[in-house]
Amino acid sequence: MHELSVASAIVATAERHAGGSPVKVVRVRVGRLRQVVPDSLEFCFGMVARDSVCEGARLELEVVPAVLRCAACAHEWEIESPPFWCPECAGGDVAAIRGEELEVESIEIEEVEACIART
Amino acid sequence: MHRTHVKVLEGVLDANGTIAQANRDDFDRAGVSVVNLMSSPGAGKTTLLEKSLWGLGVRAGVLEGDVRGSLDAERIAALHVPVVQIETDSAFGGECHLDANMVRSALPALELDELDLLVIENVGNLVCPAEFRVGEDVRAMIISVTEGEDKPLKYPLMFRACDLVIVNKIDLLPHLDFDLDKLLYHVEAVHPGVATMLVSARTGEGVGQVRDWLVGVATREAVPA
Repeated sequence: MHELSVASAIVATAERHAGGSPVKVVRVRVGRLRQVVPDSLEFCFGMVARDSVCEGARLELEVVPAVLRCAACAHEWEIESPPFWCPECAGGDVAAIRGEELEVESIEIEEVEACIART
Repeated sequence: MHRTHVKVLEGVLDANGTIAQANRDDFDRAGVSVVNLMSSPGAGKTTLLEKSLWGLGVRAGVLEGDVRGSLDAERIAALHVPVVQIETDSAFGGECHLDANMVRSALPALELDELDLLVIENVGNLVCPAEFRVGEDVRAMIISVTEGEDKPLKYPLMFRACDLVIVNKIDLLPHLDFDLDKLLYHVEAVHPGVATMLVSARTGEGVGQVRDWLVGVATREAVPA
């Protein structure tokens, strides 16, 4: 349900980098641990993008799998769901090394060619 | 017309993070420790604060986040604890969380220098508030036993984001088919080693631990480095 907040932040980030040009594509990396529902995010993005330079832009999502690392035994593993403790040594001191990403990777903007005609 | 590719590589929540850091700097300058308190609606945040802040022995203030209304703030004000209300009712009929900018806009209304502890009572919601830092030192959440043992598995982001998980309404346990051990097992499964406390804000059982914890948070920052 926080997709609306995330979508607003994505549009704001893209706007800051677009320099006023219309944005055609926004590429976003989302980690699995972020609990973002891709369909819902796309829907919210379309709604929030209205009346901004992102209106009509395509949102391309790259979902990054969650990878944990155990501090005790250095085991690294990919998880789909809890528990978060280490499957090798049952240690609880684990850190996410991938899966918490939430970043705008790049945007594609449409630029009008500089007008060379004399006025 | 031509397409231009622009590298951005910017965290979606970086702008919020920058403001959160500015809040944190203000809190540090004033020597006030800050708790971000989160839960689902109706888990007992305000009731627990009412029971915890009375006569705490440190100078505490509260920032109340609500989608609408000032009922919670009035309950806290009745304790003669300084309280500021933030209503999030703006775009789309009210934000479901507090962000760093909303907290920042409320700070001028608080005498930070007069406080040791500021509790930010977030909007009731187990999803969005976990994403938005507001400049807090620690994050605590309340889960009440009427909500079901499976909640940590459904909302791991929130349970993983918190430094303390308070289990509230334990006075109701005899009347419910609620498996407390299963809840604690699920909490441990999503956030191994996280501190937990069992309380009833209604009867006062276990509230002493919460008060001790709040005093600990308040005095840790108050001691000169």
